[in-house]
Amino acid sequence: MNATTRNGRSGRALTEPAPIRWLLTAVALVFLVLFLVVPLAAVFSEAFQKGWEAYRSSVLEPDALAALKLTLIAAGIAVPANLIFGVCASWAIGKFHFRGKNLLTTLIDLPFAVSPVISGMVFVLLFGRQGFFGPWLSDHDIQVIFAVPGIVLATIFVSFPFVAREIIPVMEAAGSQEEEAARVLGASGLQTFFRVTLPNIKWGLLYGVILCNARAMGEFGAVSVVSGHIRGETNTLPLHVEILYNEYNFQAAFAVASLLAFLALVTLVLKTIVESRTRRDLTPVHEGAAQTP
Amino acid sequence: MTTRRNTVLPGFRLTLGFTIFYLCLIVLIPLMTLPLKTASLSWQQIWTTISDPRVVASYKLSVGAALAAAAVNGVFGLLIAWVLARYAFPGRRLIDALIDLPFALPTAVAGITLTTLYAPNGWLGKPLARYGIKVAFTPLGIVVALIFIGLPFVVRTLQPVIEDLDAEIEEAATSLGANRTQVVTRIILPYLYPAWLTGFALAFARAVGEYGSVVFIAGNMPMRTEISPLLIMTKLEQYDYAGATAIAIVMLLISFTLLLTVNALQSWSGRRLSH
Repeated sequence: MNATTRNGRSGRALTEPAPIRWLLTAVALVFLVLFLVVPLAAVFSEAFQKGWEAYRSSVLEPDALAALKLTLIAAGIAVPANLIFGVCASWAIGKFHFRGKNLLTTLIDLPFAVSPVISGMVFVLLFGRQGFFGPWLSDHDIQVIFAVPGIVLATIFVSFPFVAREIIPVMEAAGSQEEEAARVLGASGLQTFFRVTLPNIKWGLLYGVILCNARAMGEFGAVSVVSGHIRGETNTLPLHVEILYNEYNFQAAFAVASLLAFLALVTLVLKTIVESRTRRDLTPVHEGAAQTP
Repeated sequence: MTTRRNTVLPGFRLTLGFTIFYLCLIVLIPLMTLPLKTASLSWQQIWTTISDPRVVASYKLSVGAALAAAAVNGVFGLLIAWVLARYAFPGRRLIDALIDLPFALPTAVAGITLTTLYAPNGWLGKPLARYGIKVAFTPLGIVVALIFIGLPFVVRTLQPVIEDLDAEIEEAATSLGANRTQVVTRIILPYLYPAWLTGFALAFARAVGEYGSVVFIAGNMPMRTEISPLLIMTKLEQYDYAGATAIAIVMLLISFTLLLTVNALQSWSGRRLSH
């Protein structure tokens, strides 16, 4: 066990005695292994329990592929839509002052405060058979609930705040002097955005997109309410996992689940890379400032 | 400071207009259906639904299990945040990255995995069964799933605050004769208190409404292991929109109370930190 990283000569009194440090670290690690590492290992172990062939056939089965396709469609619409929203919201909130700004920021976080089941339910109340627009939709033969549009809407709803809440603070912290300078020197609005603003917010933006995508592809509760669970038609990957599991087809359920677990691991790796890039981009400024007497 | 009137930056009307339009379309109009639907119900109807013993039992379970899980996360989350922020050990960066796994892993995957692990013949269920402890298909299983879901909220709220702790304050206290226990209990913990409460409230708020990770491990027995979101789901499947709305509006009130508490806590800790 090494000493803490931050103490110099007087280090001893500023941290806990070595046995206590050792004990606290051990307790933390045991807890994390039990609650995070073991479940992660179990997904892959269960997925491959009947060997590679069984794994391959459960992943490449037509219903699984249809579920994968629907998941990609839903995320492919939800992520770009929420990205455009996030950029607009952060530009308005980060660069300008107006009344009701705090209220707007709070409202953007609203989907986080709502249970996934309720997130799906509001769309049933709107577009369901006895919903507010239900009769009109059925007169015009349009189906939203128990069909792809409902799934896309629920996915957009639950992944709504991710991009916006990551770039609003970055945009606010960057201030607007650089953009103002660009404008005064004759840059157009779009030139200013793409050459000045975007490089400043790119890591925050990427971070938000990664988190938004993970939520969009993995959402279960909200999508479950609006899906209707029609195999091969309105099942996303998480819903397909549920169906297989409830049919006691555990190996296939975990095989499909392992795809989602792999996506989660990719998300974590990308997130770590983006975080360390953000830190690296920030450090030279601090070091430069520290060197100036 | 930029103000609307004197800035040279373009696009204010366009971006704010689109922001409000999209917010209304995706979030506010759909959410407005809940109060609208509630308004169309009579008090009698609402009260009959939410005073049904099965519904009351589900509220007690959802709130109770969420509280228990948030309490466990409060203790272990603080410990983990402290260890990650202050101690160096091999594999620290890997563990640090892994903390966000519950955010990244789809809840249904977490649900079936925890159920398999804690089932009577599972990796963890088997040794526990030898001591007579049943986890899967009991309220304890629900708490386990909610601990998994809530852990990153507490760790990620506390970690940056611990990293930003000013070492000089600790040095000053130590040089004035305080021992380590006094420094921790009198200086560090009071300083962490607002962030700690915020993390606790966030984990609690998430756990109250959680569905995917819980339905598999709960067993879903009425009166015993049936959570409120599942009851909403059941009512919707029976096309009982009124019943589902009544249950949902109570849950929404609980969530919003928590959200307001978190906001108040954050502004309180913001004021404390900036003096």
